[in-house]
Amino acid sequence: MTPDVMPAPSIDYIALLPYILVGAAGVIGVIVEAFVGRGARRPIQLVLVFGSLIGAFVILVVNRATQGIQAEGALAIDGPGILFMGLILLLSILVALLMAERQLDPAGDAFAPRASALPGSEDERELTVRGYFQTEIWPLFLFSVFGMMLFVTASNLLVLFIALEIMSLPLYLMAGMSRRRRLLSQEAALKYFILGAFSSAFLLFGIALLYGYAGSVEFSAIADALAAEPGQTALVVGGTALLAVGLLFKIGAVPFHAWVPDVYQGSPAPVTAFMAAAVKVAAFGALFRVMYVALGGVRWDWEPLLWIIAGLTMLFGSVVAIAQTDIKRMIAYSSIAQAGFILIGVSTATAQGLYASIFYLVAYGFTTIGIFAIISMVRLSGGEVTRLDQWAGLGKRSPVVATSFAIFMFALAGFPLTSGFIAKFLVFESALAVDNLGLVIVGVIASVMAAFFYIRVVVIMFFREPVEGAPAAAVPSATTTLALAISVAVTVILGILPEPVINLIEQAGVFLR
Amino acid sequence: MTSLPWLTILMVVPLVGSIIVMLLPRDRDVLPKQVALGFALLTLVLTVVMGLQFDADATAPFQFVESYPWIPALGISFSVGVDGIGLVLVALAATLVPVVILAGWNDVMPGSGRSVKGYFALILILQTLMIGVFAATDVFLFYVFFEVMLIPIYFLIGRYGGADRSYAAVKFLIYSLVGGLLMLAALIGLYVVSVQQLGQGTFDFAALVGLDIDPNTQKILFVGFFIAFAIKAPLWPFHTWLPDAAKESTPATAVLLIGVLDKVGTFGMIRYLLPIFPAASEFYAPLVVALAVIGILYGALVAFGQKDMKRLFAYSSMSHFGFIALGIFVFTTWGLSGSTFYMIAHGLSTAAIFLAAGFLMNRAGGSSLISTYGGVNKVAPVLAGFFLFAALSALALPGLASFIGEFLVLLGTFAVNVPVAVIATLGIVITAGYALKLYQKVATGPPSPAVEGMSDLRGREITTLAPIVFLTILLGVFPAPVLNVINPAVERTLEVVGVTDPPSVIPPIVQGSAP
Repeated sequence: MTPDVMPAPSIDYIALLPYILVGAAGVIGVIVEAFVGRGARRPIQLVLVFGSLIGAFVILVVNRATQGIQAEGALAIDGPGILFMGLILLLSILVALLMAERQLDPAGDAFAPRASALPGSEDERELTVRGYFQTEIWPLFLFSVFGMMLFVTASNLLVLFIALEIMSLPLYLMAGMSRRRRLLSQEAALKYFILGAFSSAFLLFGIALLYGYAGSVEFSAIADALAAEPGQTALVVGGTALLAVGLLFKIGAVPFHAWVPDVYQGSPAPVTAFMAAAVKVAAFGALFRVMYVALGGVRWDWEPLLWIIAGLTMLFGSVVAIAQTDIKRMIAYSSIAQAGFILIGVSTATAQGLYASIFYLVAYGFTTIGIFAIISMVRLSGGEVTRLDQWAGLGKRSPVVATSFAIFMFALAGFPLTSGFIAKFLVFESALAVDNLGLVIVGVIASVMAAFFYIRVVVIMFFREPVEGAPAAAVPSATTTLALAISVAVTVILGILPEPVINLIEQAGVFLR
Repeated sequence: MTSLPWLTILMVVPLVGSIIVMLLPRDRDVLPKQVALGFALLTLVLTVVMGLQFDADATAPFQFVESYPWIPALGISFSVGVDGIGLVLVALAATLVPVVILAGWNDVMPGSGRSVKGYFALILILQTLMIGVFAATDVFLFYVFFEVMLIPIYFLIGRYGGADRSYAAVKFLIYSLVGGLLMLAALIGLYVVSVQQLGQGTFDFAALVGLDIDPNTQKILFVGFFIAFAIKAPLWPFHTWLPDAAKESTPATAVLLIGVLDKVGTFGMIRYLLPIFPAASEFYAPLVVALAVIGILYGALVAFGQKDMKRLFAYSSMSHFGFIALGIFVFTTWGLSGSTFYMIAHGLSTAAIFLAAGFLMNRAGGSSLISTYGGVNKVAPVLAGFFLFAALSALALPGLASFIGEFLVLLGTFAVNVPVAVIATLGIVITAGYALKLYQKVATGPPSPAVEGMSDLRGREITTLAPIVFLTILLGVFPAPVLNVINPAVERTLEVVGVTDPPSVIPPIVQGSAP
């Protein structure tokens, strides 16, 4: 009797090339850290990062017609998946531009020279004086992007979990690497890690319950099981709820948002931009796929839940943001509120809702990166100046930067001729198309409250006289300038001529299973 | 008719002007004003040339029509065109902008830390948007203009206004945004209805009028639009932003804000609410009429008690907006024609009173307290004369344009609802009271310390006020040209609503207003 031969898995390496490129670049980056001399690391890492991200994006675009379930049912490379991945890659490229900045901080870049050195210690000071830079952040960054790409295309629950961890673990580290205000940064990292670990546990528990119900971790098998046996059991309800908790945590939806303000405030600005833009896209991508593909059969159960969460998230984020005096915390609460608007699209359970949300993520992602680019530029010798009242009169001293920031604020507030308006329009439309008037009204109320604090920033920048010793926007190097210019351009162009992007998104078709 | 894209040209000229003004060197103080005035006058000339080609008897609802696809995926196009109502409002905007540029010549002093060219660039941008909002025939486009208009006016108040300007600007913006977002929700609701009925969504005005919307849906959507317009126009009880905004604005900004921008609210009621939601309009008419009448009396009474001139004008305007809304929601030709005419007359009247008061205040260090002034007619008789004229225009003296508007509105109201007409007439009496009391306090008696030694109006200032005075009198004694332009559009609107005038014992007495 011959022993059972395990068949070799069939892997289409061409289809997986974007993943391989980014993942391999991360691995090579680690090797570079170990074997290459200090001086040569940064240029090599930059080549690796930009080469792999841009390369992966190009391959994705060229190969966009190659769709299907890949790697033995582990990954679903479909229209929406490609859109999510493409958006993650684009946003990551912009984030990398911010991370490469070396002109704003007189001591160098935005990251601690060695994360293990105690804050304020002799050790740290010496590293700064000797001009050490840390480059480990680049491979970490690539791993995180790699995890995100897996996360939005994961087609079974185990891959989903693994992708979540690949994406999150580097983020915990990156959050703690701020060069300035290191204690705050380390606190942020620890908070993010502990709460993130909690949410991972929830997700894992949910996976276990769903596996118990369907006998498989594949999304398609779960969907089939739900279709075959519509009567839901406690396993499905519990599994769905726990899985949702894990995903909503990453999104920062109320009531799983507690980490957002502290982590956004403490992390280095480029990392915060990464979390606020790319991570949010990834989390929504995964949420969409899980809810639409695997759990579409019980959508009557999760729809009302998402309505409530979307409503709470919009209202809570908007209300609390009003009281903030720190710009990073304000943007953090604003990002919570924005997540609520995107959740409206998820809660419709329609393709229209999916497209609206993707458009919203495009608009929101670019605007957010622009915002953090500017936050990293407004500084004094001690680092970024995030107290709102110190931004008074910025419009007078740095008119171009302040005008850009005003454009972003108007976009987040949903003013016409900005991307945020079209985004809000599409999301509200998707909700009204399924007759969900209530959620739209809550959205309108939240928008009004949110407008109040967005406008307040404009008031502070333009209508107040500058205070003594207030900062002006520092002149950044070409990389930050480029990222900022792209963000402004996308925000304005999507507001005036959104047609091509809308068409592109609507051609994406539906999720494969 | 001509093939020139007139309305686009009218929008582009001020926009180009504003860009040129912004690009001028920072240290030139007079040049930006001259360039801005030049572009504003050019726009006015173009508007007159276009207006002369308007055919009042044409059968097509809109003239000078243009349409270009904008976001076809959502059924949105850049479509413009004017009917008689739109045309006269475009003309009002085109007339008032050069006037306020001239009036606001010295609003921004060099060395005050505020940009001179920014002020005039914002006014020109505003002109583009004002023309756009009256010319749009795509509801989405209208909404975009409606909202974007807030930004220049917000900066005009917030950067160039008085001591509490920041508070007033934010209050104005938040109020407007509440309305705007409610309207957005209703707009999307309308779009969804069009998707359901036509198979594909559209924002085209004509297509939306053709929809057969279920009355209950109409009632919901009506509210969204109505609140936005009622905040804009302001009707009682949505008015509390107006006195603050008016007080903190420069006179030039206030003229544009109250004289033109607020008309967008009443214009929206005529253009959008009545034809698109006829059933809901009839359903809510009693409520709106009640709000209008409350506004007429409340505004007038509160104006009586004001110590501050600009706040007084704001409440007075609120009372007049009550008349305009009343005329719209009694659904008679007289009422609607009267309202439209009154919108023009009120624009002129607002300009007269704010600018005359502005010239007065400039001479006394900017104080807008009534008690600062006294005996102006002994020191500056020409200024006092213009001030009196403005006050008389506000109280709708027969022979002035506002009289025609007010009279037609009351006539139209009287034909369908006598008690309301009688109560509204009380508002006129009170208006006469506070307008004359204001003149008495400011201009008669012994000159107050602030007034003594005051110089009289200079050439520039007289040039500013003269055209307004001329137009106010001209339209007051000879309203026919404007009414002839307005009436076909008014009749068409009422036809869509499905209302015919009640048989009336009053013969048509104003030429062109015959039903």
